[in-house]
Amino acid sequence: MTDKSMTIIATKGTLDWAYPPFILSSTAAALGYNVTMFFTFYGLQLLKKDLNLSVSPLGNPGMPMPMSMDKWFPVLGTAIPGMQAMMTGMMKNTIKSKGVASVAELRDLCIEADVKMIGCQMTIDLFDLNQQDLIDEIDLGGAATYLDHAGGSDINLFI
Amino acid sequence: MSDNDQELDARGLNCPLPILRAKKTLNGMGAGALLKIIATDPGSVKDFQAFATQTGNELMSSSEENGEFHFLLKKGG
Repeated sequence: MTDKSMTIIATKGTLDWAYPPFILSSTAAALGYNVTMFFTFYGLQLLKKDLNLSVSPLGNPGMPMPMSMDKWFPVLGTAIPGMQAMMTGMMKNTIKSKGVASVAELRDLCIEADVKMIGCQMTIDLFDLNQQDLIDEIDLGGAATYLDHAGGSDINLFI
Repeated sequence: MSDNDQELDARGLNCPLPILRAKKTLNGMGAGALLKIIATDPGSVKDFQAFATQTGNELMSSSEENGEFHFLLKKGG
């Protein structure tokens, strides 16, 4: 078994960007890595007990739209009310139909595999977040706490 | 197959679930036991090679049959 370690700073709080940190962390843990995830700014959304993540086509020309919708909607069309909810619903259906795990499932697998999760204390204070809304399996910490893990780690990613 | 050996149906699952399910199944098996995995995710071919290299479980065989991927892992000591 490997005795390697990995840390990830998760900074984004959308449905699509929730995947890379949780996929890499759960897989690394399965390969025997010691994994630490540090959630800061919008990344803290990924620690909510009640995960309610969305994806927006707005300002995201790389996002494939179903049914060639990008052909009939001008760029500003992606800003119309309801578009974000519709795209989020469509993406969730696609995720399910393609056998891709849900974010909650991947997060549970990380917790089960003893992935260490640290929430950024400063972000919690900055946005007046309530720690009661976050899952219990986390510690809170700051930059120095993260660097303590990252300094001795083989892989450090910022997502 | 001996009593120790197991089979995992990972058909329809996408990255990284086949690897995670395999790891979980291997956790409950003894050294030297064999795990047969059937998957449909084409990415799992390379992923199981990498999994074996990094975890010390041996990939005894990897093959494709009728669009499905068959793997045989031997649990390391």
